[in-house]
Amino acid sequence: MTHHLDARRLLCPLPVIKIQEYVKTLYPGDILEIVCTDKGSLSDITAWCRIHGHYLLSSSKQNQEIFMTIQIGIC
Amino acid sequence: MKKAVALISGGLDSMLATRVIQEQGIYVEGINFYTGFCVEGHTQAIRNSQPNKVKRNSALWAAEQLGIKLHIIDIIQDYKQIVLNPKYGYGSHLNPCLDCKIFMVNRAKQWMEKNQFDFIITGEVIGQRPKSQLKKYMPIVAHESKADDILLRPLCAKLLAPTLVEREGWVNREKLHGFSGRSRGPQFDLAKKFDFQEYAQPAGGCCFLTNGHYTKKLKDLWKHRGRKDYEFDDIILLKVGRHIRPHSDFKLIICRDEGENHFLESYQHQYTSLKPISHLGPLSLIEGKINAEYIHFAAKIAARFTDAKSNDKVTLEISSVSGSIQTIKVFPFTADQIPKEWYISS
Repeated sequence: MTHHLDARRLLCPLPVIKIQEYVKTLYPGDILEIVCTDKGSLSDITAWCRIHGHYLLSSSKQNQEIFMTIQIGIC
Repeated sequence: MKKAVALISGGLDSMLATRVIQEQGIYVEGINFYTGFCVEGHTQAIRNSQPNKVKRNSALWAAEQLGIKLHIIDIIQDYKQIVLNPKYGYGSHLNPCLDCKIFMVNRAKQWMEKNQFDFIITGEVIGQRPKSQLKKYMPIVAHESKADDILLRPLCAKLLAPTLVEREGWVNREKLHGFSGRSRGPQFDLAKKFDFQEYAQPAGGCCFLTNGHYTKKLKDLWKHRGRKDYEFDDIILLKVGRHIRPHSDFKLIICRDEGENHFLESYQHQYTSLKPISHLGPLSLIEGKINAEYIHFAAKIAARFTDAKSNDKVTLEISSVSGSIQTIKVFPFTADQIPKEWYISS
């Protein structure tokens, strides 16, 4: 199942906190699409995924917005 | 296997404390508290001053180096009472370091119990910080946080009474350390031993409440609102721009670079804003009471920070909170017409 999370305007580490809380409601294999604007989000969310065993499937930047897709791992 | 929760700031000491315990075969996870006053993340995110510096959260980065899970906990609301009414008072600025440490260790204890961990570790070193890490304060933190005997400080444990963690043999006290004082030498040696190549060393600490420029703005906010309180957006905006108060009724927040300009655009629906359109210059917000006279006055100040000469008339777009837009033409104030006392901080 694919879920969406809007973390625009939030400064680090709030996007990570928001994802962390949202992911608690998801199941392994679920997909989460995130949009954020904090420039540090790309490295922070990537690191958070590695630490917690989730998979970053894609990331891209368009104007000021960063789009990331992660798949929930078994943790 | 025993499990420990480590308070991870992202700095070297919490990394070392964690690794010391990991070396004894203990499973560790980290927690990091977000108060809203954290320095590096926001400064990096907003400003363009160090475009080549890697923008990353130090706690997450440290956790990854240590190979531990990290849980970042939002304590913005609960932390307000610590900032507004600290039982043990402030340090040299508005830093309630001792109350802060007690609060965080207590929250760590709650997390530990909920997640069935066995003890708490911190990177505290006796004498490292004047307010919260004096030897006489260490038992106060342990007692008032209710962590008591399950709070272990691996970097200075040998200088303190043995905790339950040591007495029960969960960790070998002999393999802990006895660091004290402000010298960082022993920590650097241990970092070398653990092969930590890189670690965050924030100059001036990691909390804006220890920063005189920042706390001057926070005190100004309390004074002119007539009450000691704040909302999250208040403490974020104190990190951005030049703050100039020409009148007790209002102040201007004037961006210092393109990054701040972009950031403050997202606040235009909450504050009246001024944007030069005839010349290059920064976006400004007006915080406080608004009337035509104040707007005209604010526009002359804002125009001063454009590339206009003093005899150029500057056109600014004034956007109100309701979304209405009007333009205004003003001659900029000269440098002499903006007294130093108006600058709450640079």
